[in-house]
Amino acid sequence: MTTLSSIHSPAQSTQELSVQEVSVSYGNTTIVKDINFTLKMGEIGCFLGPSGCGKSTLLRAIAGFENLSQGRIVLDSEMLSTSNAVVAPEKRCMGMVFQDIALFPHLTVRENIEFGIRSWSKKQKQERVSYLLGLVNLTGFENRYPDSLSGGQQQRIALIRAIAPKPKLLLMDEPFSGLDAKLREELVPDVRNILLHENIRAILVTHDQMEAFAMADHIAILNQGQVHQSASAYMIYHNPATRFVAEFIGYGDFLPAKVCDEFKVKSDLGTVGSEKKHGFNVGDEVDLLIRPDDVLHDDDSEFVGLIVSRWFRGSHFLYRVKLQSGKIIYCFASSHHDHSVGQTIGLRVNLDHLVLFEKKE
Amino acid sequence: MLLRSLNKQIVSLKYVAVGTALCLSLPMLIIAISVFTSNSAVWAHLLDTVLGDYIGNSLALMAGVSVGVLLLGVPTAWLTSVCQFPGKSWLTWMLLLPLAMPAYIIAYTYTGIFDFAGPVQSMIRELTGLKYGEYWFFNIRSLTGAIIMLSLVLYPYVYLLSRSAFLEQSTNTLEVSRSLGYSHVRAFLKLALPLARPAIVAGTTLALMETLADFGTVQYFGVSTFTTGIMRTFYGFGDAVAAYQLAAVLLIFVVCLISLERYSRRRLKYHSTGSKAVSQRQVVLLGYKAWLACLFCCLPVLLGFLIPAAQLLYWALFVAVGIDKSFFILAWNSFYVAASAALIAVLLALLLAYAHRFHARSYLVKVAVSTSGLGYALPGTMIAIGIIVPFAWLDHKLIDWLASATGYEVGLLLSGTLFALLFAYTVRFMAVSLGSIQAGLGKLTPSLDNAGRSLGLTSSQVLKRIHVPLMSSSVLTALLVVFVDVLKELPATLVLRPFNFNTLAVRAYELASDERLADAAPVSLMIVLVGLAPVILLSRSISAGYKGKRKTS
Repeated sequence: MTTLSSIHSPAQSTQELSVQEVSVSYGNTTIVKDINFTLKMGEIGCFLGPSGCGKSTLLRAIAGFENLSQGRIVLDSEMLSTSNAVVAPEKRCMGMVFQDIALFPHLTVRENIEFGIRSWSKKQKQERVSYLLGLVNLTGFENRYPDSLSGGQQQRIALIRAIAPKPKLLLMDEPFSGLDAKLREELVPDVRNILLHENIRAILVTHDQMEAFAMADHIAILNQGQVHQSASAYMIYHNPATRFVAEFIGYGDFLPAKVCDEFKVKSDLGTVGSEKKHGFNVGDEVDLLIRPDDVLHDDDSEFVGLIVSRWFRGSHFLYRVKLQSGKIIYCFASSHHDHSVGQTIGLRVNLDHLVLFEKKE
Repeated sequence: MLLRSLNKQIVSLKYVAVGTALCLSLPMLIIAISVFTSNSAVWAHLLDTVLGDYIGNSLALMAGVSVGVLLLGVPTAWLTSVCQFPGKSWLTWMLLLPLAMPAYIIAYTYTGIFDFAGPVQSMIRELTGLKYGEYWFFNIRSLTGAIIMLSLVLYPYVYLLSRSAFLEQSTNTLEVSRSLGYSHVRAFLKLALPLARPAIVAGTTLALMETLADFGTVQYFGVSTFTTGIMRTFYGFGDAVAAYQLAAVLLIFVVCLISLERYSRRRLKYHSTGSKAVSQRQVVLLGYKAWLACLFCCLPVLLGFLIPAAQLLYWALFVAVGIDKSFFILAWNSFYVAASAALIAVLLALLLAYAHRFHARSYLVKVAVSTSGLGYALPGTMIAIGIIVPFAWLDHKLIDWLASATGYEVGLLLSGTLFALLFAYTVRFMAVSLGSIQAGLGKLTPSLDNAGRSLGLTSSQVLKRIHVPLMSSSVLTALLVVFVDVLKELPATLVLRPFNFNTLAVRAYELASDERLADAAPVSLMIVLVGLAPVILLSRSISAGYKGKRKTS
């Protein structure tokens, strides 16, 4: 294979997962297209997107369960997949955790965990099993069968089964989606800590942004088979690269605005700007992304809005307010600012940078 | 690490599956094609004379049996799923026992009980002093008799399906109706029954398919239906084309029933009402109501199994000529034919099910798998004549070809040997093994395979270490059920068995036809006993499900 020699050259030898221009198709349908993604040593990555965006397919391609129609996947300088050759999944040294948990029902907890390390010595296996069970607080469950465990316990066993062989990379396909919200909140930080503790690189697939934020250092946002943005959670929230990312992540509204100069735009809530050039031409009609925390409640402001609905969130209020132009936006207010629906309140925009998109047709 | 080229080995499985399906649908295709051949003189004659009878009798039989199975199946299902009364836990599984009793065996057992020399009429004469001809006694060998016999052994289909439907109805739905002021009885009529209707319809259509397929009972009782007509036309007139066309008319009935069944099954899915974790709160029946319920549930068990089984046992022990060598030959014949058929059906089912799994997106494979199961709806008579003619034709071609090629005359290789018989059994019972195998394979989610692969197993190791242990019970169930079904099968065996080859079922039928009812008993009893095996399996899974539900409540 001609492509292999270049990859194996020492110059490119790096400890990272590299997904290069990968496409996967079923027949004539392309599921993911031209994906590029890099995960460095010690990082936890995440594919985040709505259902059907191709995130699971991409993960399965990395695991070796899907063939590529284009591109290549390289792990630590070793070629794993090209469009015409693959390394079999069992040869990849990758652990995987599945959405439906997939513990072997005919094996005990111990046998499940030992499944991937069956070639180890008996003593090593025993030590590894009891160490891992201790890690997830399930010591004493060795001889139970999976169907006698709760969902959260099963998911923890599935996790340690996957990391028992010390995989080069752990892949997790919606691992928490079958669990209830409270359990998920407990488990997510636990899992992150275990992965960091064991120094395992991992990729998580999820449609839940809170899960992604809590777990991942590096998030790739997918939609309709394409990566829209690949960055840290902070950057994705505050600096969305595309309109889709801006809409998909967090709460937010698009406020129509007009470009005044290369730093400022004028909107219903006054002229706002930052020290960075925004790159649009003077006079352009644009949409300004406003997050709820960008809009402050300020009785002295010249701009006002009518409260249409409100949610009390304990530490704060989330209001929907109607501006004079008729546009409705979110507004955060401290929990002492208790206003009722129908009241008019003063609003002030507090932006330190602008997120602008071309006006939607 | 090894890069290997993308392999396309499992693609061949797809073609094997499609080929299998084509072979299995051969009898049906032949019969369907026969409609377009020219009408024979015999067909015109049939049309003028007996076709009306066949249709009329078959319709009457179907109408009668549907009423019978509904009356026996639905109330018992309701009582055992929702009410609490003495003997309930026993009756719940005993109500399945009649499944072990083939219709033709119960038919001649009751004939023996009710005919002139039988115990009932003898007793009447003794008590009243009347003699032959001086009193009226109903003739069991009639259309009504056939309806009663078939209902007694076929109601468990309705019982099974409607019972699980009643159990799945969450307590919440019923409690809502109680809170809205409905009594138990009204809640049953207005809520539980309509909700369970798809299941009840599905069970009834299954019973009706068996009714249409029945040959032994109607033949013995002298009721002219399609199955007996097909045989008479085929052997009596020796007219294969007319028999085929008769079979084609029957096929229309069958297709209607299948469509009805499929339709109601589809509705079954949408009708499930909420979580199964919620178990029913039982209605405790007290006093005379409890005993009435117990009696009502005892009745089908007594009439459908215990009384005929006791009569068979009595005959076998005290009346029949002793068991001799021929009995063991029969038993051995039945055993190895049934075992081979079960093996073939299960192997093919595994092949089809795995083809379906590997080619989940292939429409062709999907169609192949579903047509492979269609034979279950076809009466054995129909499959038999759909096989014998093309096989005989092939045989003659083969004989000519071999004679000219080698100069050696061989006999009938296909139609005159067990090959034809095994083929017919496979066509008929493919759906049974396929159902069990697919259910087992369905529980093996793809991520189990993937988990195995990501933990370092090759695909053949996945098969060995994950699939074999997890599939073994479904495979055994499939083997057992096909085995027992083949053992009980009568019409196809009658038509296709090689010369001088007898099985238990055929022998029982022959002896009964010769009015040697008592002598038929040992053979029949053997069939019933073997038939009990899948019933026990079924009742165990029912009680396991019951306990499972109890645990969560």
